[in-house]
Amino acid sequence: MRIILRHAAIGAVLLLAVDAAAADRPANEVTVTIDNFAFTPATITVDAGTHVTWTNRDDIPHTIVDAAEPRAFKSPPLDTGESFDHTFGSAGTFRYFCSLHPHMLGTIIVR
Amino acid sequence: MMDQDEHHTGHSRRHVLECMVWAGTGVLWTVNGGVPQSRLLGGTAHAAETGAFSFLQISDSHIGFAKDPNLDTPGTLREAMALVGQRKHEAALLIHTGDVSQLSKEAQFDTADQIIREAGLQTHYVPGEHDVLVDDGKGFFARFTPGAPRGWYSFDQQGVHFIALNNVQDLKAGGLGSLGPDQLEWLKRDLADRAASTPIVVFAHVPLWTVSAEWGWGTQDAEEALSYLRRFGSVTVLNGHIHQVMQKVEGTLAFHTARSTAFPQPAPGTAASPGPIKDLPPGKLRGMLGIAAITRVQTATPLAIVDTPLGA
Repeated sequence: MRIILRHAAIGAVLLLAVDAAAADRPANEVTVTIDNFAFTPATITVDAGTHVTWTNRDDIPHTIVDAAEPRAFKSPPLDTGESFDHTFGSAGTFRYFCSLHPHMLGTIIVR
Repeated sequence: MMDQDEHHTGHSRRHVLECMVWAGTGVLWTVNGGVPQSRLLGGTAHAAETGAFSFLQISDSHIGFAKDPNLDTPGTLREAMALVGQRKHEAALLIHTGDVSQLSKEAQFDTADQIIREAGLQTHYVPGEHDVLVDDGKGFFARFTPGAPRGWYSFDQQGVHFIALNNVQDLKAGGLGSLGPDQLEWLKRDLADRAASTPIVVFAHVPLWTVSAEWGWGTQDAEEALSYLRRFGSVTVLNGHIHQVMQKVEGTLAFHTARSTAFPQPAPGTAASPGPIKDLPPGKLRGMLGIAAITRVQTATPLAIVDTPLGA
């Protein structure tokens, strides 16, 4: 729970910043779930500034780790029901994986 | 692989396997004339042959996991260690092939450590991916592999050369388990001057053969490691990770995976994911957990002759 609160707080600050810069456009929120050792949806296309939240619904812990180095984002281990979030500020294609189960792959395409 | 059972008990292979599942005990491994053989470990198992060298394996205790089908993983680890205790007099050592904990927490490591220590048997560990989730695994290595800060090491026991490998760190996106170039280089050096007649036991968490690429049950660079091992006359590779017994023999290499002491996982392709089998019928959990014992028999067969060259 501490993980969620900390990242939620960071997210809130970022959302405020985005809102201040573009008050006429609400920041986007996107959710990715982890079920059966897979990210769903595995690939999503979002606008810059989108706030992505992953939630682990498996009985086994997973992580969300940027496949590129240096890593732009890397979650702590998420136990059942725990979440991690990251705001994608600029355009690009971000491939990520679970560092425990590296066959689990996902992609965020930021426009 | 079960010939020895048939000779001693008159049971058919099928019957022995059924008994093994029903009894939920485990498998006794015999490295006999270079060929490992498995047989029943439990109430009807026979005493160790004179001169045999035995050791035991436990795996995947996942202390901290408390969901269906097992709300008490410390309890089932204690039961596994009671089985270990029954064989303690004939076992030289115990190995744990990783996933000691569920979430790499100090308290989880400590619970496992306390339970396993009670057997009073020298224990050698390798990490599972659940054991190195925080701080690059430093907590695990400090407690369970002191002297091997990256989790790989080797030692000799009664003429058998044991090699502990770490294939659960620095995994690459889309890949499998990984040994990495530093560890492979170490392994090559470790084996370089050894006589080909030295019996080798390799243990690591993730299987060193590809059980299921789709589920990530394999090791990316295992082939490189196996290429250093193929010249040896007897190589036994012991793994965990997949929470079920699977075996493969490839020339002089014999691969074997152990049961978990915590929860079973499905056979590849029989479920939507490799997660725990949750909907077990009542009373069936313990039949799917267990330990393994490995014995090297030195009598009643041609003796293993170890030739040592004066130089490389």
